[in-house]
Parts: sequence; structure tokens; C-alpha cells
Amino acid sequence: MSLHSNQHVASVLDLVGNTPLIRLPSVEARAGGGVEIWAKCEFENPGGSVKDRAAKQIIKDALADGRLSPGKILIDSTSGNTGVAYSMIGAALGIPIHLVMPANVSLARKNITQAYGTKVIYSSEFEGSDGAIRMVRELVAADPDRYFFPDQYANPSNPRAHYLGTGAEILEVLGGRVSHFVTGIGTTGTVIGTGQRLKEANPNIEVIAVEPDDSFHGLEGLKHLESSIVPPIWAPENVVDRMLPMPTDEAWDAADALVRQEGIFIGHSAGANVAGACRVAREAGPGAVVVTILPDRGDRYFQPMKWEKQYVW
Amino acid sequence: MATVRIPTPLRKLTEGKEEVSADGSTIGEVIAALEASYPGIKARICDDKGDVRRFVNIFANDEDIRFLKNLDTPVADKDEISIVPAIAGG
Repeated sequence: MSLHSNQHVASVLDLVGNTPLIRLPSVEARAGGGVEIWAKCEFENPGGSVKDRAAKQIIKDALADGRLSPGKILIDSTSGNTGVAYSMIGAALGIPIHLVMPANVSLARKNITQAYGTKVIYSSEFEGSDGAIRMVRELVAADPDRYFFPDQYANPSNPRAHYLGTGAEILEVLGGRVSHFVTGIGTTGTVIGTGQRLKEANPNIEVIAVEPDDSFHGLEGLKHLESSIVPPIWAPENVVDRMLPMPTDEAWDAADALVRQEGIFIGHSAGANVAGACRVAREAGPGAVVVTILPDRGDRYFQPMKWEKQYVW
Repeated sequence: MATVRIPTPLRKLTEGKEEVSADGSTIGEVIAALEASYPGIKARICDDKGDVRRFVNIFANDEDIRFLKNLDTPVADKDEISIVPAIAGG
């Protein structure tokens, strides 16, 4: 396991993936007991989130087939974690990175991406990630030869990272015992890629996609599909069995409970996933083996202190 | 009257308007005025107790009202109030 085994690696890229699965007894108890709930610790990736997987696969595949070549700038829109991942890998491989982010992404993420040398361009804080998507399309259309625009929402390397990595890793540890896989949707890469791999191994595994229950929500990183630009990689047929609408408060409470009861400090989307896994396990009853994802840590979401607050809109 | 900037997900309630005007000498009064003009909007911004929902950020002239006096934050004529939600995926 990367970060958990005593071995040497050649590059920070070699630390991406192979994250540990942790069992969540407090959540199992809330689900009524007699169930297993396992969570993949994606915050253990070197960039701090699950997005390291997609960014690494996207860049690797684009370098291999020549879409990304020396002299080109990688540009994409992101609500934050993909930006950190691109920035880390770009720094390691010498690829210049430009990112379009909504102006209201957490200050931590703005600072982290810039620490790697990335250029950040801000879109309107009132238009969320869809505003950033529209802005990056305009920038690329104005100067297409200057950029490699991977478009994480449409890039098949995104779900492929989870098909080859996340899904295979879960099967390696839990094998045929998995009964349910529950995770939230942002670009939808995690649920599509992991879901495909799990269904191939066992078509009886139920795959549940968690989404915010309302277009106006507080689950940073997750998308309410009905009111959003639907990502082209979202191909739920034969992969996603059902959607689970998640209220913001339930997700935030699940995140608060996990840090207090198990010492695992997770972000809001992880809170939504844990709350979703708890509901699914409770409904399925004893014998269920539910797997979910912890996309990142909670410290990415601290509000700035008053004296360090500098909103540049 | 203060100007209130409305985020995309709430524009369905404001007939698509990005900016609306509302009367009130505090943020609480401005929200009440918004509710009178655009029924349903208060429930999206505030919880059952009437407090601003945890994930909603309201700014009075770029200052987060949590660092001011919350719903009692005074509002002057021509102030700009912004309602900003979290960010969706990716």
C-alpha cells in the first residue's frame, strides 16, 4: 500500500492509488449492525484526493497518444481537487498547468494549486462549476493550438482510472463478498469506472450513485444532475442501479460523526458517501458488505479565519 | 434598497434574474422581503429555526455575515448582498 508500506518509489506519481480500505464500525452500528461497511481512503493519495487517479490516467494516456506534447499548456476547469492533482503531476513532469475555478472554491485549494506553480483563472462564484466549464471552453476555442484541454467531464481516461485502479483494488481485498458499492457523483468518473469493474466481476453487486437532493446544496464536489451540465462520461446504463438523493445536513452530520467517533477527518463529499453507505446497509440488512469512497480530508474545507480572509472577487 | 445577487440554482425562484432589489435594514429583513416577492426562497436559504443554513454563505459588501452580526447585520441603501452556495463536482 502506498504511504503505508516501507518501500522506495521513483516519483510522486508512483504513490497514486493502492489506497487502504478501512472498516467503519460506528457507521455499521448506526446501520443496525450485522453489516460490513468499508471505505477506501482516497485522501491517502499524494495530492490528497481521489482526483489524483483520474488526473494521472488522463495525462498518461494523452502523453502516450500525442494529444499532450512538449510546449502545450494543460488547461481544464475544476472545483479544486482535480486542479491539485493536475498541478502536482504537472510539476513532477514539467507540464505547465492552467486552471479555471469558480471564485468561491475553498481558499485552501486556491493556495495549494498555486504552490505547485499553477496559473489559476477565476470564473463567477454565482455560476458554480458550470460557469468554469463554459469559461474554459471559450479560452480553448480562442487559442486551440496553445492548449491541451483534457475535459475531465468528457475524458474516458477518467472512468478508466477507476476501472483499472479503484475497482480492481476493491476486488483484490474483498473479492466476491461485496454486495453494494455506494459513491457520490461529480464528474461521475468514480462511480462509472469502479461500477463497471465490480459489475463485470459480479453482476449482482448493486451500484448506488449519491447526489445532492437539491440544486442548492453544500456538498462541494458533488453534482445535482438534473440542474447541471450532464458530464458526457455519465453512462449509467447497466452500471448504476439507482440514485440516492442526499440532504446536505445528513452528509455534514455523517462527516462530523466520523471524525469524532473514529478519528477520520473527511470532507463533505465523503460525508455524503458515508451517510449513503449507512442508509444502503440499513435497508439491505444483516450480511450486507457495503463499500464506499472517502474522496478527501476535511481540512480542505476550513473557512478562513477573519484576520486572514481576503476575498478577491 | 439593497441589491441581492442570486446564484444559479435559486434563479428559478427569481424569474431567472441574477440580481434583485429588496428592502430591509438588516439581512433578516432583506430575506423576509425576498420571500414576499419570491415565495419559497427563504426555505432554501434558512433552516426550520430561521437560521442561515450551514452551507449557505451570505456576504454583505463582500464581508461574510458570520463574521458580522449574522441575520442582524445592518443593511444600508445600495448595499450589495450576495448569496453563495457550495461548488458542484470535479
